Amino acid sequence: MSNVMRNTPALIQASLRRRHRAERRFRAYGMLAIGFALVMLGYLLWSIAAPGISGFFRHELTLEVEAESVGADIDTQYQSMVTAVRTLAGNPASAVERRQLLALIGSFAAFDLRDQTAGKTGKVLVSLPLSDLADQTLKGRIDRNLPAHLRPISNQQLAWLDGWQKDGRIVYRLNRDFFTKGDSRAPEAAGFLGSIIGSLWLLLVALVVALPVAILAAIYLECFAPKNRLTLALEVAINNLAAVPSILYGLLGLALFLHWFGLPRSSALVGGLTLAMLILPVLIIATRAALAAVPSSMREAAYGLGASPLQAVFQHTVPYALPGIMTGIILGIARAIGETAPLLMIGMVAFVADIPRSPFDAATAMPVQIFLWASSPETGFIEKTSTGILVLLLILILMNALAIRLRQRYELRWG
Amino acid sequence: MEPIITASNVNVFYGEKQALHDVSIAIEPRAITAFIGPSGCGKSTFLRCLNRMNDLIPGCRMEGKVTIHGQDIYAPAQDVVLLRARVGMVFQKPNPFPKSIYDNVAYGPRIHRLCEDKTALDARVELALRRAALWDDVKDRLGMPGTSLSGGQQQRLCIARAIAVDPEIILMDEPCSALDPIATAKIEALMDELKEQFTLIIVTHSMQQAQRVSTRAAFFHLGRLVEVGGTKELFNAPTLPQTRDYITGRYG
Repeated sequence: MSNVMRNTPALIQASLRRRHRAERRFRAYGMLAIGFALVMLGYLLWSIAAPGISGFFRHELTLEVEAESVGADIDTQYQSMVTAVRTLAGNPASAVERRQLLALIGSFAAFDLRDQTAGKTGKVLVSLPLSDLADQTLKGRIDRNLPAHLRPISNQQLAWLDGWQKDGRIVYRLNRDFFTKGDSRAPEAAGFLGSIIGSLWLLLVALVVALPVAILAAIYLECFAPKNRLTLALEVAINNLAAVPSILYGLLGLALFLHWFGLPRSSALVGGLTLAMLILPVLIIATRAALAAVPSSMREAAYGLGASPLQAVFQHTVPYALPGIMTGIILGIARAIGETAPLLMIGMVAFVADIPRSPFDAATAMPVQIFLWASSPETGFIEKTSTGILVLLLILILMNALAIRLRQRYELRWG
Repeated sequence: MEPIITASNVNVFYGEKQALHDVSIAIEPRAITAFIGPSGCGKSTFLRCLNRMNDLIPGCRMEGKVTIHGQDIYAPAQDVVLLRARVGMVFQKPNPFPKSIYDNVAYGPRIHRLCEDKTALDARVELALRRAALWDDVKDRLGMPGTSLSGGQQQRLCIARAIAVDPEIILMDEPCSALDPIATAKIEALMDELKEQFTLIIVTHSMQQAQRVSTRAAFFHLGRLVEVGGTKELFNAPTLPQTRDYITGRYG
């Protein structure tokens, strides 16, 4: 061997140390990056959960009321509630005090009174929601140590609340309205169910429209279409559409469905159609990827046995791609559930107190409801904003978990 | 003997590139013909001309004439589905469907509606598995996925799957190249039995395998059919220097 080759082992040794150092350095960078991401994620979850979890609960005042005869109108119910609360507070004389007293009781408490006394007579123990002001004070979100003229709650009101709490009249319980009602002007009565149902209607419409189109388009493009300039251009266009800012789909929906077709404004139908356009490219890409992941040897095997192209595709490629397709669909749904911007463009940002019964009713969606609450000034709505985000996050996490589960459960292993 | 397959002046192009030059060959029935030659010599391409699998490759174009029993398989009237039912194929890598063993074998009979009822289908599946020397291995677990078998068993399952359609000709594209020597020996023994009923054509890289199993051998080189003849004659007394160089291991 010539001189050129001398010292090879020593040279490798020298370079080895450098390479090992580089590797250790790289691992350290990776762990730092992951650690940073975890800290940020933890902070995000904490900053949502800390103010949001209390939104699932509220304070209610228990008191005895003379039940009105069945069928009494809501004004009569309101009067009997007012009388009961005043009696409890020792019948304050001044108009200011009377007003302050009622400001502690929820705006729509008379309805709760009616529901709880329905079909009963004589003295009935009822539990009425406190107002946002009282609720937030008891949750400690209003600083009691501020001078009286700087805080929204007066000394007298605080004294009443403390008195009721000492008597054990105030209970802290699950806010059932949050899960059973639509939006409200009053934070203590505002519910999330209306927007959950709205989101479900949106999804239903979007999937009914987008799924068949996307899956058939993907199967045709992946398994049948000739590979030429036209299909290449289509592929590029679909990839680009998946990256278009979602608000543009809102504009498209506005122009197409509202102005041209004249469909009902704020309805889940229009929202769903708009979301269908939005998720269509995402679904096509996911489905094509799942189909492309099926080894071509499966199709060849089928052809080798004399299967027709349709049989090869629908008896082999598509069924074997199904787990991947389902995962793609769920991720598409998750994308649609979280979309806000296009819905704002087509008027789904309106205040909707009713729970939509059909896709034609005015509806709101979860992220839009959160947006609406976030732009309201009341402390209670700030709390509800976080609570709504928690629910939305929970649903998204569940959907992703389902997608992972499906993938693991039905994944086919090749070879 | 009257040849079952006759190819005359076959040229195949992948786009601009010509993969086969003027190949003409006659293949005998109920025998094993081996296509040998170095990688990229066109032997697999030619094999795939015989059941028109090349049709599936975009940009692939074929000239010339291939007849089976005197019938032009590239004639416009030829139904490709029917052709592939008569000319079965076994691939290089075992490729059972991710279905049960039973469903793998029953797939061909089902799509061609070869069986009237379940009893007939069961009998056909059993016969195919017996002929592929797999029945005793799998008779108690027909419901298990075909992919759960070992590599050699998977390849025999693929052979059973092809046999179940009852083709006249079975094409095998390097059927043992992904298998260990024991599994290879089993497949080779199987081929020997199958030649009683089927016409087998195998592509192989292994000259030992060609000598062990085939009755006739065809040597391909650079897209041309160089020499064809009885296996013994070709290996013992090749007429052309190219063939001699290849079979003595000078290149390839």
